[in-house]
Amino acid sequence: MKYIEEFRDGDVARSLAAEMAREARTDRRYRLMEFCGGHTHSLWRYGIVQMLPPEVEMIHGPGCPVCVLPIGRLEQAIALAHVSGVMLCTFGDLVRVPARDRRSLLKAKAAGADIRIVYGSADALRLAKDNPGREVVFFAIGFETTTPATAVVVKQAAEQGLRNFSVFSNHVLTPSAIDAILGSPEAREGRIQVDGFVGPGHVSTIIGTAPYERFAREHRKPVVVSGFEPLDLMQSILMLVRQLNEGRHEVENEYTRAVVREGNARAMALVDEVLELRPSFEWRGLGTLPDSALRLREKYAAWDAERKWDIPYTPVADHKACACGEILRGLKKPTDCKIFGTACTPESPVGSCMVSPEGSCAAYYAYGRLAKKRPTNDL
Amino acid sequence: MASKWSRRLDWAEGRVDMTHGSGGRAMAQLIDELFVAAFDNLLLAKKNDQALFEVPAGRMVLTTDAYVVSPIFFPGGDIGSLAVHGTINDVAMAGARPLYLSASFILEEGFPLDDLRRVVESMARASREAGVPVVTGDTKVVERGKGDGVFITTTGVGVVPPPVVAPSGDRARPGDVVMVSGTIGDHGVAILSSREGLAFETSIESDSAPLHRLVARMVEVVPDIHVLRDPTRGGLSATLNEIAQQSGVGMVIEERALPVRGQVTAACELLGLDPLHLANEGKLVAITDRRHAQKLLDAMRADPLGAQAAIIGEVIDDENRFVQIETTFGGRRILDWLVGEALPRIC
Amino acid sequence: MCLALPAQVVSLHADGTATVSLGGLRKVISLALVDGVGEGDYVVVHTGFALSRLDPVEAEKTLALLRDAGSSRGADR
Repeated sequence: MKYIEEFRDGDVARSLAAEMAREARTDRRYRLMEFCGGHTHSLWRYGIVQMLPPEVEMIHGPGCPVCVLPIGRLEQAIALAHVSGVMLCTFGDLVRVPARDRRSLLKAKAAGADIRIVYGSADALRLAKDNPGREVVFFAIGFETTTPATAVVVKQAAEQGLRNFSVFSNHVLTPSAIDAILGSPEAREGRIQVDGFVGPGHVSTIIGTAPYERFAREHRKPVVVSGFEPLDLMQSILMLVRQLNEGRHEVENEYTRAVVREGNARAMALVDEVLELRPSFEWRGLGTLPDSALRLREKYAAWDAERKWDIPYTPVADHKACACGEILRGLKKPTDCKIFGTACTPESPVGSCMVSPEGSCAAYYAYGRLAKKRPTNDL
Repeated sequence: MASKWSRRLDWAEGRVDMTHGSGGRAMAQLIDELFVAAFDNLLLAKKNDQALFEVPAGRMVLTTDAYVVSPIFFPGGDIGSLAVHGTINDVAMAGARPLYLSASFILEEGFPLDDLRRVVESMARASREAGVPVVTGDTKVVERGKGDGVFITTTGVGVVPPPVVAPSGDRARPGDVVMVSGTIGDHGVAILSSREGLAFETSIESDSAPLHRLVARMVEVVPDIHVLRDPTRGGLSATLNEIAQQSGVGMVIEERALPVRGQVTAACELLGLDPLHLANEGKLVAITDRRHAQKLLDAMRADPLGAQAAIIGEVIDDENRFVQIETTFGGRRILDWLVGEALPRIC
Repeated sequence: MCLALPAQVVSLHADGTATVSLGGLRKVISLALVDGVGEGDYVVVHTGFALSRLDPVEAEKTLALLRDAGSSRGADR
């Protein structure tokens, strides 16, 4: 597969690792946050973490739309799925996430709700076309990478007068999450230290690299926007190490083959046409943030599931022992969580970080146990 | 030839109804015109409720499996051929020669007779080509909504020939070599490509196939293979983890040695899946003493169903019983069981 | 949100979709979010939509940079 396999070359990886070992100074630490859950996944899947010099520490960020979805919103989706006549379309990632009392979309399906797994928003729209007698609701999640796809289908539904289609929008914004991390009490008190960021590559195909410039400037932290293949990540980490060594704090783009500074204007315009900012939105782990999420505009109210059905929102707190919130903010590592690997496992997850393929806990459990002394392979 | 039944079964438009399971004339006709005709063997033609046969000398093997796959028809196979191959394979994984199969059907009221005929004829073809007849069976019908078209359960009996030391999941030992008989993930991708909401075009077909002849070759050359298992649901990762647990060992698998077809890799990339988690229905894992590895590999490659057989790793001492993968990078990670179903993801 | 892959456009369709090929596998995706994409181009695909065109010149530059890593300080940043 062109433009994929070349970026997975093991020999080049070893050279990069050697280069990093040469350039990383031994008298300081490099605490780098990889914002995006897909980067976390790649770091572990390719064993990159073990190849980094010991001075480089990767901190996992909140860029996992499944992980930051508050339980209350998932509860609303489950309620929608139980409305008579509704066909709820969802991404596979959400199906096993635990809601309250260990409810989930999977269990709702077993209880008779019509829940369909789709690859994308267009598949949900097609289901609406093919099933005129049913109300098809698309459970939309995602950062800026995924939002344009939702905007396109809402617009298409409106143009085609497809009244039995609606969207339950949970789209969220990357800069707001970065603000929350850098502006958090822990950050201000110096309890977490993030020296630089590996920026989300696919989000940036849409929003460009410009939005990160204010973080680099105001917080004096370097940002390198990275592709997802293992060589992209290693190169990006190397670029961050270099910036820190040289005392620079710029936004650099490693993923130049897919990302430009200005982003994708067409996609952003489409999003702007269909969606608007919510004044506030609760994020799991980060609290309630202003101007951090999107809902459908008034013009598209007929395709907004929240307006079509009156399903109230009730905030639901995380399980007491679940450390997802702190892990998402970079305060703790999965192995710092008291129930990691014991009460909370992929088989019986307590929090979404263990379910989501992008979640830190899932990545650690799947790939990281080799590195730790408390491994268990028991079922 | 005049039919002994007063009314013809309407294969084109007809559907299964409750009378087909009631034990009366309609059921007898269905059995006669479809099952007995298709499976076509003397034991079944006797129409007793059981099949009587001589028991060959040796250790006998008995296995059973239910088949509930959806969609019923998929590229490279269907629920019928799968039901034959899968059970033959479970017998074969004991190093045994499969002798006979039984087949029981649970039909949902309303299931099209045409589909049923296709399934049964496919089963009959698979059984004939494998040389393992279906000698007894059963048919039940459940009300509409209480079944998913058709469920099939097949039971197989076989005999382990004297020189063979029966392979078993608890016999893997540190130093042993781990092999696979061919490309992994094909069946899983073939099924996924037929699911709604995941439309993609691929030339990948299910690898559903009976492995008993391949196994016969293998045990002839190495009568003491430690472990044989076919990696069906949960894929190679589940099978290797099961064996590691049963044997109390660890394993290290070389990612670059795994045979995976290009389109399977592509489908997995697209959907965010791992070929190691996808089902295979015509492949086996063999674990053998290092001294016999090359000989075994050569024997596998000489068989059409083992042409792409490969050594993929080794068994090691590990109290944690981890199955580790050595990535193309030289880094190592744990290969874990699949949790839940293999679901496509966006993240 | 991160799972996106480069695939090659095999044919364009009148309704704004295109058939792309990824390692021999084909899929129909939407080009609603990009423009100026032609047959033979590579696009980054996420949940059935092309997010951007992949720039082959930049791809080669990045690869060259990566391959230089061990030998020198690397090419221009």
